Amino acid sequence: MTATTVRRGGLGLLAWLAGIVFFLPIAWMALTSFHSEADAATNPPSFTAAFTLDGYREFFGTGGGASPWPALLNSAVASVASTLLVLLLALPAAYALSIRRVRKWTDVLFFFLSTKMLPAVAGLLPVYLFAKNAGMLDNIWLLVVLYTSMNLPIAVWMMQSFLAEVPVAVIEAAQIDGARLPTVLARVVAPIALPGIAATSLICFIFSWNELLFARVLTGVVAETAPVFLTGFITSQGLFLAKVCAASLVISLPVLAAGFAAQDKLVQGLSLGAVK
Amino acid sequence: MTATTTTPVSTAPVPAVRRPSARLRAWSTRAPLLPALIFMIAVTQLPFVATLVISFFDWNALYPDARRFTGFDNYHQVLTDADLRHSVGTTVLLTAAVVIASLVLGLALALLLDRRFRGRGVVRTLLIAPFLVVPVAAALLWKHVLYNPEYGLFNGLLHYVGGPQPDWISNTPLLAVEASLVWQWTPFMMLILLAGLQSRDPEQIEAARVDGASDWQIFRHLTLPHLRRYLELGALLGSIYIVQNFDAVFTITSGGLGTANLPYTVYQSFYQAHENGLASAAGVLVVIGSLVIATLALRVVSSLFREEVSRA
Repeated sequence: MTATTVRRGGLGLLAWLAGIVFFLPIAWMALTSFHSEADAATNPPSFTAAFTLDGYREFFGTGGGASPWPALLNSAVASVASTLLVLLLALPAAYALSIRRVRKWTDVLFFFLSTKMLPAVAGLLPVYLFAKNAGMLDNIWLLVVLYTSMNLPIAVWMMQSFLAEVPVAVIEAAQIDGARLPTVLARVVAPIALPGIAATSLICFIFSWNELLFARVLTGVVAETAPVFLTGFITSQGLFLAKVCAASLVISLPVLAAGFAAQDKLVQGLSLGAVK
Repeated sequence: MTATTTTPVSTAPVPAVRRPSARLRAWSTRAPLLPALIFMIAVTQLPFVATLVISFFDWNALYPDARRFTGFDNYHQVLTDADLRHSVGTTVLLTAAVVIASLVLGLALALLLDRRFRGRGVVRTLLIAPFLVVPVAAALLWKHVLYNPEYGLFNGLLHYVGGPQPDWISNTPLLAVEASLVWQWTPFMMLILLAGLQSRDPEQIEAARVDGASDWQIFRHLTLPHLRRYLELGALLGSIYIVQNFDAVFTITSGGLGTANLPYTVYQSFYQAHENGLASAAGVLVVIGSLVIATLALRVVSSLFREEVSRA
């Protein structure tokens, strides 16, 4: 073996080691979630303790605690509905910014981007006061509107870059052949842009699902979302590690699934389309 | 609107219909954009204006009748209040520490992942995972499962080597929050920098290698200059997201032990103390701070963007 192959193997090993170190907390969380509370809280840690589903039973409320289902359902409604609303608003906007461009389209794009750069927390109080006066506090649809506004700039940017990939010549050719706009969109634009649109939706879903601050301030009993439900564990005392781990894992599962599904386009979304 | 701005699509033949006026066509081009634009202005810009207005009032929600205009008093109070000033410092410290640490770690990981080795896809997936844990869940995981002084994983592992058993959060509260955030944000930086590395020109590197350049020389003189804008982008986007961080501070320390940052302070001053005016002034200050970062960020994004457009 030459020195180069040894070094190459060493760096590969180092990469593996880094991957394992970063993943360790998640692996440990998963392992702990399947342990009994007594086995979860030992020092030194019990790696080989017997598996049990007690943590999950506790979390799902069969042990007598509050059921997480309403919160999970609220999160699902807020994330899915806001993502649909984002699509409804962003797709036509992206069309006007990429295929049939309006004048000064770059200025419009940068306006969208600039709204994402101002901290949402600064708008929290007026939104709260408005919601209170309008009787919209503790209403999941208020979160749907807010999450739409948080994700719309990202979606417009991403979709604009995906739609711009559709060659103009192909669209023209279809139109010369007599195809009307709906046909062109369905037959020419959609097949090329669909993977990008799917990835955009997944990223919007993740951001909505994760959001805590606004949900915490604007919801109470009825519209509580899953992250708000999790904050109930912040000051908990006593033996509850397995339950926390089970809860964290279950609530993170949709994000992990969506994130891995959108892996290839994740950077583009997170960098607001600046990096391909 | 002039004819020069219409794209070829809009000049496509419209059979048997009278040519619409230029004005009408301009509006039909704009129409798809308007719903999104109006929605954004209504939902994001109006609240900011309201925040600005409220920030000039002395307004405690518990005493709504005592509301009165006070000019810059709230700003004066925010900037002279020791706790609030401290939270400005904490925000800067927290953001800078997390961004720099995750950028350096992210660069190292991106360089490791940029080379071929067995199981690269698996390692990439393992490394992305921390970013895909719900932020509150990640914070809870660090607080209870890793940091707990009695049965947390860190002290459990230290136990094996006979090490000390520190109370991580009480001893180094800010560092505890930062470490959890670095864990979550390193994958983000890694992904951006990896994209940067993979957009290098392989021929240029090959040419340098043929000319006898060492790995270090290639990194220093070719890779790093190429990565500069990706590093800037990572730093700026990271700053924008982390300046706004609420979840980790709220969960791990509940803003105690000197870890309250501005978002937490804004939350606390109106949610718990009901000081609407003060909260708004603090909010406006967060905006001003972010505006500086945002202006820089917009410049970087726009230079990457224009390059993209001119290439296409």
